[in-house]
Amino acid sequence: MASGLPGLPGLLVIGGGISGLSASLEAAETGNEVYLVEREPYLGGRVAGMNRYFPKLCSPQCGLEINFRRLRQNKALRVFTLAEVEKVEGQAGDFTVTVRLNPRYVNDRCTACGECVPACPVERRNARNYGMDTTRAVYLPGEVAEPFRYTIDPLACEGAKCGRCVEVCRYGAIDLEMASSTVTLRVGRIVLATGWRPYDPALISTLEFGHFPDIVTNVMMERLAADGGPTGGELRRPSDGQPAKRVAFVQCAGSRDQNHLAYCSGVCCLASLKQATYVLERYPDASVHIFFIDIRTPGGFEIFYQRLQADPRIKFVKGKVARVLQEPGGDLMVEAEDLLAGRMFRLPVDLLVLATGMVPEAMPLPPGIKIPRDPYGFAVPSPGIWPVGLAKRPMDVQSCVRDATGGILKAIGGEG
Amino acid sequence: MKPPLFLCSGCGIGETLDLAALGEAMEREFATPAKIHPFLCGPEGRAMIEAESASAECPVVLGACSPRVNADRFPANPFAPERVNLREQVAWCQEPGAAETQAQAADYLRMGMARAAKRELPVPVETAMERTILVVGGGVTGLNAALEAARVGYPVILLEKEERLGGLARRMHRLAPRVAPYRDLEEPSIAKTVALVEANPSIRVLTSTQIESTAGEPGAFQVRTTGVGGNQEFTVGAIILATGWQPYDVTRLPKLGYGAANVITSLTLEEMAAQGRILRPSDGAKPRSVLFVLCAGSRDPEHLAHCSTVCCATSLKQGLYIREQLPDAAVYLIYRDMRTPAQGEDFYRRVQEEETIFLTRGQVTAVREIDDGDLSVTVVSSLLGEKVELTAQMVVLATGLVPAAGDVLHLKYRQGPQMPELKSGFPDSNYLCFPYETRRTGIYAAGTVRQPMDSVGCVEDAAGAVLKAIQSVTLIGQGRAVHPRVGDASFPRFFLQNCTQCKRCTEECPFGALDEDEKGTPKLNVNRCRRCGTCMGACPVRIISFADYNVDQLSAMVKKVSMPQKDDDLRILAFVCENDAYPAWDMAGLRRLRQDPGIRVIPLRCLGSFNVVLLADALSRGIDGVILMGCQSGDDYQCHFMVGSELANRRLENVKETLERLMLERERVELVNVGIGDGGRIAEITQQFAAKLRQLGPNPYRGL
Repeated sequence: MASGLPGLPGLLVIGGGISGLSASLEAAETGNEVYLVEREPYLGGRVAGMNRYFPKLCSPQCGLEINFRRLRQNKALRVFTLAEVEKVEGQAGDFTVTVRLNPRYVNDRCTACGECVPACPVERRNARNYGMDTTRAVYLPGEVAEPFRYTIDPLACEGAKCGRCVEVCRYGAIDLEMASSTVTLRVGRIVLATGWRPYDPALISTLEFGHFPDIVTNVMMERLAADGGPTGGELRRPSDGQPAKRVAFVQCAGSRDQNHLAYCSGVCCLASLKQATYVLERYPDASVHIFFIDIRTPGGFEIFYQRLQADPRIKFVKGKVARVLQEPGGDLMVEAEDLLAGRMFRLPVDLLVLATGMVPEAMPLPPGIKIPRDPYGFAVPSPGIWPVGLAKRPMDVQSCVRDATGGILKAIGGEG
Repeated sequence: MKPPLFLCSGCGIGETLDLAALGEAMEREFATPAKIHPFLCGPEGRAMIEAESASAECPVVLGACSPRVNADRFPANPFAPERVNLREQVAWCQEPGAAETQAQAADYLRMGMARAAKRELPVPVETAMERTILVVGGGVTGLNAALEAARVGYPVILLEKEERLGGLARRMHRLAPRVAPYRDLEEPSIAKTVALVEANPSIRVLTSTQIESTAGEPGAFQVRTTGVGGNQEFTVGAIILATGWQPYDVTRLPKLGYGAANVITSLTLEEMAAQGRILRPSDGAKPRSVLFVLCAGSRDPEHLAHCSTVCCATSLKQGLYIREQLPDAAVYLIYRDMRTPAQGEDFYRRVQEEETIFLTRGQVTAVREIDDGDLSVTVVSSLLGEKVELTAQMVVLATGLVPAAGDVLHLKYRQGPQMPELKSGFPDSNYLCFPYETRRTGIYAAGTVRQPMDSVGCVEDAAGAVLKAIQSVTLIGQGRAVHPRVGDASFPRFFLQNCTQCKRCTEECPFGALDEDEKGTPKLNVNRCRRCGTCMGACPVRIISFADYNVDQLSAMVKKVSMPQKDDDLRILAFVCENDAYPAWDMAGLRRLRQDPGIRVIPLRCLGSFNVVLLADALSRGIDGVILMGCQSGDDYQCHFMVGSELANRRLENVKETLERLMLERERVELVNVGIGDGGRIAEITQQFAAKLRQLGPNPYRGL
């Protein structure tokens, strides 16, 4: 494929979530030289933490498995995990990029046997499970992690003074002295696939997140429902471990609200519909309430919505949750309005799920990247730098892949 | 051929198995010494393998970890090594030191040796590819697709059935905002895009032209067209279907008042506004009130079950320009849910600022003509009350979007002339992770024909489809498969002398890769093939094979399974999909979940490639039961070859006869849906199956 602009052929993709991964693979399979830089020790980003995708309720691991196989066999693609872009110099067609490679403390001799884990004395907060459980300081980042290799959290690890993992590893795979290093890449184009993070629910004071343990966010709900999650897929009240059979969802928790996120996050309605199916699958006698402003299920997703509307166990209530209280017995009590019935009502629930929105990942961009952003922080294309997926606007997984695929052509073709 | 054999004693394998004994047993049977190393994927182990693989005429066999991991550590020149999964699927899920554990490992090694011996190196069939891309449809998507392809150096032929380019976008008066601050209406830009296309020397535009037939395959599609300039014939490398949408047939909506003089559609309003004459058709007067009915036909299983996605923003836009052209008119907008995703919310908020635009949630159930051409509108479930009547001087039906799909390409494929469509009527991919996964290789749908989307989405989609089109021409030209078996150089070979012309392969190929001659003999279009092996599974006379994957090879593996010593011990064959079920097995191992040691897992490219002769092979040898694990079928199918589990299931229905002939119970064969996330369920599934087999008792053929 010829570039529309003169310059270096290489392509740098920043971010290894579903957008960056797809962009890298599509570009490499079309014969381009690609460098993929990911900050975390694994690829897959946010989708690697999803239990299922809407509307097919299939596992995200299925697509990741295919993508990782594509990646492993492609020689045109070089992946750097635990890597951050430190500096970008030059201009469209000729960028010199400095990438910092943070130490993994586990080298490529690791076989993923897992012997190091029981030896490690330190527990750390598991950020992938939003702090709902812990791992040891040495851990495998996921069951289909790519690369399939252990990693050590330097903030938790006690380092050489402990060194028990080093002793038990038969393969000499652990190097607690590993230092960071840098590599310099020369590329013609940059694809920005920096993704999103969930909006901080603590900022929505009326919803009492952090005050009552049985209030969780939608991303936490994904982990609670996941087979490999902190509860092994059991849906239980975090407060006392009782089955979560009465579940309510608060839509637009932060989104469509000028005090928080003025835009619509685009996926939260579908995420809650999907999560309603988790509850009903686990507990057929459960009841679900969804408090919404508008249910937004575009295109064929509407058919999924219609299927759930036909289920009498799910009640859709147009209205806002005004207050959340805790009853003396420990139950949560939701005070909400039902706009269509014109009344306020109270509802006891076991679990309250906040459908928090998506914020463009506010990764401080390295010096040298000058990219215009809209008032919300979403990136706008600029010469040589093409944003894709969530870096650009809220969108679902399918749209991210579409955008990543097309974004490659836009970047190579010289638009922007 | 004697494949060199290496065994790894690391990661718990050496503690679970007596590798020395295994090595000796293999040497006795295959006359090739096994080399044991405690760290086979380490530099020393690798060097040891490398030294032997360079001279080997077949793959080396590695008894170590799962083929899914550490692939980059082992040399693959020219053959990828045959990986026998002694770690995840034996050492990590079986009782250490047990005789049955040892027997399982021995069988897996024997099966691996048999498979390696029957793996030939696929030789890619390279073809000279025509690079021209055909874009069908000259609307927003098609125009952008043409420009994108031309920009990266690919010639384009752009077909449009109308006289002029631009499609429905040409009829738009204004556009909803696409850039920050997402408040102001935009001037249409379609004329500019058309001019760019018409001025581009790499794009050949054929207007007033339609396709008569499309034959051939990627790299060499022969397209015949008919149009004002007469018939034409040309060859293209790949095709983008960008035929766009049509408004839903509004005559089917008499309940919503269509037929009354002052009930119009969104598109008619757009044309009126473009002429600056928003007037009532009945009397030519300026309407004092205009009411928009959203979801006119959409979100209604009796009409269009889907949401048309763009009507909310379109109606908001129209409300705003009515406000400009008719400042005194009241505008009512009755919506079911206001759908303005992402930054579209800013535009919604902008329209809410207008005092004369009333936005109300509700559902319009009836529109009736009353005096003077005015209309009475019944609205239910609104915030105004359970049921209210509103009066308007003009009603606009925001009619939904219907894909302009169907018989456009007139494909000369044995499986029919059109792109396969989903239940919704859109020729879309069924995969969230792979929106361009198509059932007609080299042909990609884009824009509103694929799914409802706005013009921003169409531009993105056009670029995505062009990239996939270029990719298909690039990969296929090298003799390699496109998604999902990207890079696979193997292809099905037909030993046609023995073909019985039963047509099963040509009927079942999920990609329409096989055509037939008059007698019904299959004719492979190799560039359409995606290497799933469905044809190989379908063939009753086993004449279809791949160089590195075939029934003979699988059958040889089945024959390597040993029979147990004790009546209580079972032999169960599990044929599993390599993309979903196989990783699920690995995950069960990773969690150290105990499995029945009588299981022997054989990965398949897809359950669609499962040939039922393997059942007879297995059961007549004394295997107690066969379980197939594949992806979900039905409307929400997961199979990346669409119909793998479904076909396997159908084939199993037909094996009753085989079982009856062998006087065996139907329960000895089972198919279950297993997804990649089902690692936690695998043990339970196999235990249940094993319990059932124990009740039936050992296969009477055991030991015969």
